[in-house]
Amino acid sequence: MSPETLALLHARMVLIRTFEESVLTLFSQGELFGTTHTCIGQEAIAVGVLSQITRDDIVFSNHRCHGHYLALFDDPVGLMAELMGRATGLCGGLGGSQHLYRENFFTNGVQGGIVPCAAGMALAEKFKKTGRIAVVFIGDGTLGQGVIYETLNLAALWQLPLLFVVEANGFAQSTPTALQLAGSITQRAAAFSLRTAEGDGNDLASVLTIAAETVAYVRRETKPCWLVLNTYRLGPHSKGDDHRPPAELATARIRDPLLLLHAELSAATLVAAALSARSRIDAAIAAARAAPFPTAAA
Amino acid sequence: MERCAQVLNRALHALFTERADVVLIGEDLLDPYGGAFKVSAGLSTKFPDRVLTTPISEAAIVGIAGGLALRGLRPIVEIMFGDFTTLAADQIINHVAKFRGIYNGQVSCPVVIRTPMGARRGYGPTHSQSLEKIFLGIPGLTVVAPSRHHELGALLRGAVLESHDPVLFIENKAMYAQPHEPPIADRVAEFSTRTSADCFPTLTFSLNNFAAPDLTLATYGGMTPLALQAALELATEHELFAEIIVPSQLSPLPTTELQASLSTSRRLLVAEEGTLTAGWGAEVVARLMDITDFPFASARVAAADSIIPTSRPLEEAMLPQPADIIAAALKLTASPRR
Repeated sequence: MSPETLALLHARMVLIRTFEESVLTLFSQGELFGTTHTCIGQEAIAVGVLSQITRDDIVFSNHRCHGHYLALFDDPVGLMAELMGRATGLCGGLGGSQHLYRENFFTNGVQGGIVPCAAGMALAEKFKKTGRIAVVFIGDGTLGQGVIYETLNLAALWQLPLLFVVEANGFAQSTPTALQLAGSITQRAAAFSLRTAEGDGNDLASVLTIAAETVAYVRRETKPCWLVLNTYRLGPHSKGDDHRPPAELATARIRDPLLLLHAELSAATLVAAALSARSRIDAAIAAARAAPFPTAAA
Repeated sequence: MERCAQVLNRALHALFTERADVVLIGEDLLDPYGGAFKVSAGLSTKFPDRVLTTPISEAAIVGIAGGLALRGLRPIVEIMFGDFTTLAADQIINHVAKFRGIYNGQVSCPVVIRTPMGARRGYGPTHSQSLEKIFLGIPGLTVVAPSRHHELGALLRGAVLESHDPVLFIENKAMYAQPHEPPIADRVAEFSTRTSADCFPTLTFSLNNFAAPDLTLATYGGMTPLALQAALELATEHELFAEIIVPSQLSPLPTTELQASLSTSRRLLVAEEGTLTAGWGAEVVARLMDITDFPFASARVAAADSIIPTSRPLEEAMLPQPADIIAAALKLTASPRR
């Protein structure tokens, strides 16, 4: 990876981190209502995987979707306005944090149900012979949903150009994975004869390598692939609902994906990324505050 | 006269011939089986690339259809028995019905989910239900349930090609084997008929050429022949004239014809095959009370709130019959008009 590429991807990760931290602050200040799910600690996956696809490819994300959106579109203004319920938001404030849409990017908030929808999109592209692929993001907590296994079976049976990305962040909301998941995450898909890959989701270079390989495989072979990226959710599930021991969090922070990049970047680059992200997010918040709320149809 | 299943089958063939973007997805669709009720027969032979036979995975099937629709295709799902729609409820309610709304109208997801509902064939408690009431009032979802007197082909075509929203298309199981008998020159047998101009029309039947009715009888789908039979007996044996209103769209509920008829009759009887509690009839009565500024009396005829027994005499006792409609109509008309 060239220093310029690294700096660019790192800056995008910092933008996501800053956005997510600001969202939690805005919640605590009462400027947002409802709920939200931040991806603090998982930025390398969003940026690493989505830098390997084109804007023509399809992405279906889940409740924890801000990072994926920002990785693809670099648009904190539209996203912040949506979260703050403004008319200028991506979906006019109707969707909110979990229900985003732009171009070929979709999200929904119910666990697992997005997976067959993404498979249907992959099937449509295969039917139309466009060469596009679909990428669907799920977590290890979502593996409790049966529809995933229905879809794994069909994706393998019909050879769909679909990349499953499992962000194994260690938790199903408050429940540690050890209390909710039996067996192996990769072998689940291997049982359906999917090609599988597993890597370190906190190390950007590793994510880039494994994402490039798996995306190329899905596109070249028109076949599904199951990519497991191991990570750790450093932030709360949603807002103030974190009951994990401080020692566990402190240990996990040693492998913060942003921290892991520090040795490779100059102090000037780090400072520039932080300042740029801060000022862009502040501008996004200011723009959203100034924007009108949508009016209900008569 | 063609049977209703054949009419639907012919309509599917016409849609597939006309449009290259129509796709059928469901269980056991391939010839020579051709779907459990043969409505899909012949399609897989003529259009092998566009008929997708699937594993027994209702949730994935509907979700995949949602994805196909979001990418511009016109998928039709066949769910083998309406009872199995529960397995796809998350996909129907939280996914395909939601996308257009939550994305602020920037996409549409025109999936058509065809499924047979209804009893009177001895299939027992889990293969005979009329579960469409579960899906009434889901924003973004249109529920259509034609009777054998609706233009079935035109309705299916409208659902597939003209709707921006997903459509749950209920095909009554008993109706499949019955002759298709849409109005000819505004008549069906002894009845004069009117057909509303909607994509999913409401039919109105009258035995006295739309002179003032003694009561308004609302029904749909597989109950329609039983309601018409009851109306005939009410007229010939009791000199009571019912105006029978048969919407093909259950939800959102079309009210124009109901309101017009009720303004004269002031008596509303609703007959449905599903179980009584929280049924379509409850919504019809409540909605008419909301939107009318005149008093009226009402009653509901429906199946008992119990399982549907397999044994024929028990099934008959549990389901609403013409005699139940007649008894309810006599009771409703025993008091002077409000």
